[in-house]
Amino acid sequence: MGQTIAEKIIADHAGLPTVVPGQIVNVPVDMAMANELSAALSIKELNSWGVDKVFDPRKICLVPDHFTPNKDLNAAAIATTVRAFAQKHDVRWYFEVGRGGIEHAVLPEEGVILPGQIMVGGDSHTCTAGALNCLATGVGSTDIACAWATGEVWLKVPTSAALEYTGKLRPHVYGKDLILYTLGDLGTPGATYMSIEYFGDVFDNLPLADRFTMANMAIEAGGKCGIFRFDEKTKDFVEATPRFIAERPAYHTFAPDADAAYAVSRKYDVTHIEPQVACPFSPDNVKPVSEIEDIKIDQVVIGCCTNGRLEDLQRAAEILRGRQVEKHVRAIIIPGSQRIARIAHETGLSNIFIDAGCVFSTSTCGPCIGGHMGVLDADEVCVSTTNRNFRGRMGHLTSEVYLANTAVAAASAIMGRIGSPDEL
Amino acid sequence: MILKGRVYRVGDNINTDVIMPGRWCHLTDEAELAKHCMEDHDRDFLQKIKPGDIIVADENFGCGSSREVAPLSIKAAGIGAIVARTYARIFYRNCINIGLPIFESPACAAATGPDDGLSIDVFGGKIINHTRGGEFAFAPFPEFMKTIMDKGGLQGWVMERLGR
Repeated sequence: MGQTIAEKIIADHAGLPTVVPGQIVNVPVDMAMANELSAALSIKELNSWGVDKVFDPRKICLVPDHFTPNKDLNAAAIATTVRAFAQKHDVRWYFEVGRGGIEHAVLPEEGVILPGQIMVGGDSHTCTAGALNCLATGVGSTDIACAWATGEVWLKVPTSAALEYTGKLRPHVYGKDLILYTLGDLGTPGATYMSIEYFGDVFDNLPLADRFTMANMAIEAGGKCGIFRFDEKTKDFVEATPRFIAERPAYHTFAPDADAAYAVSRKYDVTHIEPQVACPFSPDNVKPVSEIEDIKIDQVVIGCCTNGRLEDLQRAAEILRGRQVEKHVRAIIIPGSQRIARIAHETGLSNIFIDAGCVFSTSTCGPCIGGHMGVLDADEVCVSTTNRNFRGRMGHLTSEVYLANTAVAAASAIMGRIGSPDEL
Repeated sequence: MILKGRVYRVGDNINTDVIMPGRWCHLTDEAELAKHCMEDHDRDFLQKIKPGDIIVADENFGCGSSREVAPLSIKAAGIGAIVARTYARIFYRNCINIGLPIFESPACAAATGPDDGLSIDVFGGKIINHTRGGEFAFAPFPEFMKTIMDKGGLQGWVMERLGR
């Protein structure tokens, strides 16, 4: 029996010729990452275990991004704890505020994670990095503490889902719409414990940004990871990262066998898919944008780890150029990283947003988790390009979040209601 | 080992955001976490439960964010065990790792209502509903997970790996 991409990566790390779904193996990790919130708990656990040495400071990554720049004294205290830990252990991949951005944008972009590797991250959206043909999976703080102490993690070999996308995309339809459409089809528990593996010629005509968006939301279907095939686009991306240029590290790529066993298989003809919107209070409560009735909005968030890459911002800017955000709507733009923010400034993108009446924020997870930089009041409605719209996710329990791509979010900001760029 | 308790019943897709809202995710102290457990699912949760109570859920319990403060708060609030039809995988891992007893039993979930009295025979592999009657098997744990659970969580296993 042939093997899926996830099975091959796990077998490779476990030193076994093959693995089968359900098998539990202990594997060395290439990177163990945490944000300041998950790290705080991991550090507390390491201390309580009496572990004062990490297995390898070159394979640890810390990105304070959730409540940073520090939103209050509690957040400040946590950031201090994490910073002190990074200093004490000489953690190589510590991205201070102003040096990195949002973990899931920063790691691939800097070359911290490479194809064929296994990364665990103390954040459920760690799966984003699977766009680079690696196995990246979210875990809790105890698992991260274990990985920092021993360099290893236990993994149950997942079953896999093969999702294939073919056909020609309609205007303003992007990776976000494909993954929302898929969530509508599979449902939020539809791929629980699975490795979601994405295939199809659609990705030949989309930038890597869309692969990151789709891998990012694998967890929204319950996936352990989301993985793309390696191709020339992946190679170009990886080999242009600062770390790769400096060190030329070797990496391995993995493709599934022709007879690999997939527990779930779907083929999507994208030709008829229009921009999608996930309505409250679940990412699988999806409708085409044309079927959304007249819903007035108070806030728009564009960017973050799901849709904060350069191409995402460019698509929003194209819609906003020369137009104005509706008078009573707040539009908040959040680039995924400092690197992306810099290009946005250099190319005039940020000025398009500012001229349209948007806030151009620094990178942070703040609004997405109801932390800061855009917390919703009672009964407020937000169109967001983030990944979750659970009850109370972005603030007040009675607030509502609709998930969409960056072009739809930009068009909605202009109209003051949920709508498509075609209506402008 | 027998775990006995009264049922606090929830439905499908209870996500970790409602178990432990983002506004409390800076907390690491267990007593503080306990105060906010399930806050956005049920404001009166803490008034309704007693130590040892058992959460019974339907599909996909603990979906969404990987925040370990969610299962930690459940454990700290005094919940003795969770029984569900299915779990989200990160939540499931976290429970095993922190030593919060967690059982998968679609049959038990289907036949259990609010305030029922349950007892869970952890080693015997069965759950008994004392209120409505009925005995249900739960999915057996893989050997590796049993090892972790026998050590009270992942800490014991890490100590062994480090030769302590």
